[in-house]
Amino acid sequence: MSNNIFRTCPDTGLKFHGPAETLMKVNAVAAVVFLLVGGFYGLLVGLTRWQAVHLLEASDFYMVLTLHGINVLIFWMIFFEIAVLYFCSSVLLGCRLATPKWAWVGFALMVIGAVMNNVIVLQGSSSVMMTSYVPMEAHPLFYLSLILFAVGALIGCFVFFGTLVIAKAEKTYEGSVPLVTFGAITAAVIAVFTIVSGAIVLLPTFLWSVGLVGEIDVLAYRLIWWAFGHSSQQINVAAHVSVWYAIVAILFGAKPLSEKVSRTAFLMYILFLQLASVHHLLVDPGVSSNFKMFNTSYAMYLAVMASMVHGLTVPGSMEAAQRARGHTAGLFTWLRKAPWGNPTFSGMFISLVGFGFLGGITGVVMGAEQINILVHNTLYVPGHFHATVVLGSTMAFMALTYWLVPILFRREIVMKGLAKWQPYIFGLGMSGVALFLMGAGTLGVPRRHWDIGFAGTGGMTHEFPAAAYTMLALNGLSVILAVAGGAAFCVIIVGSLLFGKKLGDQPMAEPCIVAPVTDEEYNANGGSAYAIPGTIVLAMIFFASFALYYFINWKYLAETWGIG
Amino acid sequence: MSDQDETNSGDVPMMQKLLDNPFLLLFLGVASPAVLYLAWGIMEIVTIPAR
Repeated sequence: MSNNIFRTCPDTGLKFHGPAETLMKVNAVAAVVFLLVGGFYGLLVGLTRWQAVHLLEASDFYMVLTLHGINVLIFWMIFFEIAVLYFCSSVLLGCRLATPKWAWVGFALMVIGAVMNNVIVLQGSSSVMMTSYVPMEAHPLFYLSLILFAVGALIGCFVFFGTLVIAKAEKTYEGSVPLVTFGAITAAVIAVFTIVSGAIVLLPTFLWSVGLVGEIDVLAYRLIWWAFGHSSQQINVAAHVSVWYAIVAILFGAKPLSEKVSRTAFLMYILFLQLASVHHLLVDPGVSSNFKMFNTSYAMYLAVMASMVHGLTVPGSMEAAQRARGHTAGLFTWLRKAPWGNPTFSGMFISLVGFGFLGGITGVVMGAEQINILVHNTLYVPGHFHATVVLGSTMAFMALTYWLVPILFRREIVMKGLAKWQPYIFGLGMSGVALFLMGAGTLGVPRRHWDIGFAGTGGMTHEFPAAAYTMLALNGLSVILAVAGGAAFCVIIVGSLLFGKKLGDQPMAEPCIVAPVTDEEYNANGGSAYAIPGTIVLAMIFFASFALYYFINWKYLAETWGIG
Repeated sequence: MSDQDETNSGDVPMMQKLLDNPFLLLFLGVASPAVLYLAWGIMEIVTIPAR
């Protein structure tokens, strides 16, 4: 009976299916809990990498690094993404959620897996880091916990697909699904491939850890593990791009510059984004240059192009909407007049810029086989993925959460002054983390070593430039700033859920959604939905930065080995 | 009614039909990396000469 309970949001007019709403809430809350846990471990990692502080002993460092990676890269992200999938299907399509009981089973498996993983790693016998490369062996429950979590997430994905079927069958929408839902479909498709790959690699590894399988091939493990490990981050990309589209529609009433172009870009993600996993194998023996170059160049560049399409159309649609609403002066009045004090907007825009300039450009550099050799397995890699996953995805998810708390939980955001500054604090800190880790990596600092002074290695030494130590210190300071911003987010959200003013069924004093811009508004004053000169200038700046940085890396490479 | 539906669906461009079918997208999104990444990569690894 309760399966058909709906409520209509007084602020947005969106229909919330009761069981779906509860499932979104519990997934979102679980996500924030694991963000808090993983962020705390991140602080310990950053303070250990800072050579002058060097907080943890080696054994503790690898344990904490394992916990940090899995909690934030897997648990926080996927719990939040399951909430996003349910929102984009059940809420945006205005239909009931398919099989809520199965969705609860999936959630329970995810919670059991995540908690079990934390407990088993904290016991100290599974400090194998997130990659858990064989023949390094963790406790069998370590692999089992990840399998349980993955099965739970897979159930969540199929509940999402089932909900799409229900919406179509019950005709709760006309024509194609909304673009944001299409982005969520992209994320779910990538998630299915990711989780199946995880099962392919983790099941035999679990059997190996209990002695039922004699040996795991190291090369094959790495190949298949990265289909899981890297693709899991591509789920985030598809999800956070969907969040960008959602936020510009919510805050500006913007419609996409071109639905066809944006959907085609998502299709390119579906076809090619997961092939970027090969960039982890670019120095591996056993796989050919043909395999490496096809996947990381020809195929991956199509996915990169798709990201650049989104990077153009999201601010472009925002500019067109702002111009239609009267902010027509000059190149950047539309941007200056944006609601910079609203954390939903500022978080989204920091995510967009950080993901594009810091994460995107460096990802392409690392994806080129020749210049990858400069930074492979150095701290440059964590620098890159802190720009993509944290500055890009986490920041976007935080931004959406500020909007979702009043809509979904019907609670007012508390500490609004702090909430206004939180995206800037977190964004600045995380930009520093990304830049300084990449700086240290460019100077050759290895990504996985506890101590670049090589203490306790029996006389092994290497003289890193003094700048490398400075980079690690600056990284430590940036980590503190980022963790302060992350903690502020958790305090604000948990505080809002517990102590925020109850909104009930009455609309909020300030509208939280802007009416869609009409064709008449777009066409007024000689404008159109395609007049976006400011965004074009920003895109040109992006391309110039891209070309310059790409050239600099080839120049570095040319200086690595003298010719003649 | 059904004739009208068929006529309407006949007007839909092929690309839109593809994009409107989540299960076809699921197939493509799993098949593409399964062939180009997993199968190709595994084939190269298992054909490494034994010494």
